[in-house]
Amino acid sequence: MASTIRVRATASGETTEVQALIQHPMDSGFVKDAKGEIIPPHFIQQLTFEYDGKPVFSADWGGGVSKDPYVKFAFKGAKKGDDLKVSWVDNKGATDTTTAKIQ
Amino acid sequence: MTIKDNGFLATRRLILQGAGATALIGLGNLPFLAPALAAANDKYPEEAFKAKNEADAIKVLYGKTPEASDKVKMDAPEIAENGAVVPVSVTTSLADVSSITFLVSENPVALVASYHIPAGTVPSVGNRIKMAKTSNVIVVVEAGGKLYSATKEVKVTVGGCGG
Repeated sequence: MASTIRVRATASGETTEVQALIQHPMDSGFVKDAKGEIIPPHFIQQLTFEYDGKPVFSADWGGGVSKDPYVKFAFKGAKKGDDLKVSWVDNKGATDTTTAKIQ
Repeated sequence: MTIKDNGFLATRRLILQGAGATALIGLGNLPFLAPALAAANDKYPEEAFKAKNEADAIKVLYGKTPEASDKVKMDAPEIAENGAVVPVSVTTSLADVSSITFLVSENPVALVASYHIPAGTVPSVGNRIKMAKTSNVIVVVEAGGKLYSATKEVKVTVGGCGG
């Protein structure tokens, strides 16, 4: 299965800027479908970015984060060619992980 | 049969007690442990995501209340045409930032996202959030063990939570 995570990490000088886009419905549990039935909650709860075995950024998300979530941040100390590991887990226990090369 | 029932009840009681104790420890230690845990893989703050309003969510998450600060800069639209996708970002000139949290006061669940910022990570986050209707968006920045916030009203023309 293709990864649900798309990451772009760009190093310039000391700082690495990271943008990630994840495919996920992020159903909050408050929305009704066309038949008027509540769509059960299904959203990513935790998202972690690891560099060199250590977390550089992590998120706790609720159903209030938009569908196909996007997040942007920056951290210091990485260089081009290094690996950045990204993983998420949702409220149903599903997970996905990918490793991106810093450009 | 009786023995089996008792066994089941005893086990259930044990589990309940265990859960209660964990919840108490978790809440009690949260403010003190937060900086230490920021770098680790934290436990998901289930209770904070159940809070109905932003004040309760902040209290459960941090155990204290923030003060407004002009050092927290929020970038959010004046008017959001689509409440399902509202781009909001925040940067701060505050030093020693350990977490950044986004809340929407009129959403059914006020807490939207909470980000942990370990040392070496720039205290700046951009993301996209859902808004049920016109509401205040609140950003809380935890820096040096204190809480600072910025608030901005975003007008929503089409809500993002159905209905």
